[in-house]
Amino acid sequence: MYVRHLQVSDFRSWEHADLELTPGATVLIGQNGQGKTNLVEAIGYVATLSSHRVATDAPLVRIGAERAIVRTAVVHEGRELTVELEITPGKANRARVNRGAVARPRDVLGILRTVLFAPEDLALVRGDPGERRRFLDDLLVLRAPRFAGVRSDYERVLRQRNALLKTAGAARRAGSKGDIGTLEVWNGHLAKHGAQLLAARLDLVTALAPLVRAAYAGVAPESRPVDIAYRSSVDGLPADRPSDVDSVEAALLASLTEVRDAELERGVSLVGPHRDELELTLGESPAKGYASHGECWSFALSLRLGSYELLRADGGEPVLVLDDVFAELDRRRRSRLAEVAAAAEQVLVTAAVAEDVPEELTATRYTVSDGEVSRAE
Amino acid sequence: MYEGPVQDLIEELGRLPGVGPKSAQRIAFHLLGSDPADVARLQDALQRVKDGVVFCDVCGNVSEQERCRICRDARRDPASVCVVEEPKDVLAIERTREFKGRYHVLGGALDPLSGIGPDQLRIRELLTRIGEQEVTEVIIATDPNTEGEATATYLVRMLRDFPGLTVTRLASGLPMGGDLEFADELTLGRAFSGRRTV
Repeated sequence: MYVRHLQVSDFRSWEHADLELTPGATVLIGQNGQGKTNLVEAIGYVATLSSHRVATDAPLVRIGAERAIVRTAVVHEGRELTVELEITPGKANRARVNRGAVARPRDVLGILRTVLFAPEDLALVRGDPGERRRFLDDLLVLRAPRFAGVRSDYERVLRQRNALLKTAGAARRAGSKGDIGTLEVWNGHLAKHGAQLLAARLDLVTALAPLVRAAYAGVAPESRPVDIAYRSSVDGLPADRPSDVDSVEAALLASLTEVRDAELERGVSLVGPHRDELELTLGESPAKGYASHGECWSFALSLRLGSYELLRADGGEPVLVLDDVFAELDRRRRSRLAEVAAAAEQVLVTAAVAEDVPEELTATRYTVSDGEVSRAE
Repeated sequence: MYEGPVQDLIEELGRLPGVGPKSAQRIAFHLLGSDPADVARLQDALQRVKDGVVFCDVCGNVSEQERCRICRDARRDPASVCVVEEPKDVLAIERTREFKGRYHVLGGALDPLSGIGPDQLRIRELLTRIGEQEVTEVIIATDPNTEGEATATYLVRMLRDFPGLTVTRLASGLPMGGDLEFADELTLGRAFSGRRTV
């Protein structure tokens, strides 16, 4: 698939921008602060309904404007779909597909699929486990949009359960019963939604691991081999059939019963997919803390390239977006990355200076400066 | 910003659910321009809603007397009780004209984030009612969302020890007049697992 047209209004620094795109490689060149990343961020937003840079929508709207609008035309197997998003912070966003309103913005997920690699991705390796969980969940949603619902249901139940644990724990310390009688109810619901998420993540990591290993070996052949593994807070997961939802649900429910006292003591849910970790290892050691800066970069890149290969294998080749990454890589890694990127149906690259980008990718160039995007010859 | 009373009115109206700042302004200026008799009638209605409305002793629905219209109606089957979250849900089910039993309004759903547990809902009243009266079926009609589902599960646990009581949950699935292809996966999945033999 590829993005044929991108139009934004009041998005980030852009009052208005209009960009015709083609399959193959496109490079956006501009000095820092000219808004290159904002344009690819808009494309990423259409694919995931979230930004790779900020957690809330407010910074996405140009200062002084009430709402931002992102319009894209996506071509997939010869068919073109237009997706229009209206981002209004503090209110529900609105979405339109082919000019017709859809019931929920979530319904546009799956129309455009992107894999975006950006400097922020260093946090995948160095950051908190939450970064890696989000990485897995975002990828799940890209593969099967239904998981957007599973994820939000789970988070809702989790928030309710944590609130209950806090008040019931306090009531217990004060010697009264509180609402502890409803805890079992929330346990059941947490296990039901959590098992779906957990089983899907286990499946995903099994499929992703060999692709990440291969991508890393390609990007950094001189380095030690890497691996990824899912470590769950839930004990007793079925080893033979890890993705069987019913067995996972039973295991999660059993774990919840076990930690009941500790949970009431601390007032938070201690087991479930929200406490799990995607472990990254380099040779024999954990990547976090042991890997060099260059190795962290290559690892983060391999996670993205692995995702890209996985989505490609599912059919419907995703759009590859490389935001400001070439400057950080040495020459060999640059050319390895360029090799993969040049084979993509569409790749969008941003860079401050054209010299950083390998030649294979510079056929179509745009210059971004002073609020204008123009085609460079 | 307007001055004095007009701005006060706009702010008060703006607190109401579903009324944004623009609508609040529009309503305020409409009231400013309307007949004093109309305003007096509105004033009167507002006053009466706080003074005159009581909640039905039996079912918890809004009522004018000690017992609401449905609980007083001898034609309604007392053996069948439909449990809903809010009085507006009673109205929604009444519009179907399908249900001939009586209601029980919980006054919300389990919602620990807002500090609502079983004691804040009329669950004890429901259990007493079932114990004292000849109730043979309880239909749980809480909302099909996180809080409503949790409430339903909780009610099922509390009700399963009553001998001879049938507990049912409203079916969830495809909307009438809809297209299968436009149903979301969750709804369609539910409809599948709740399919029936024809």
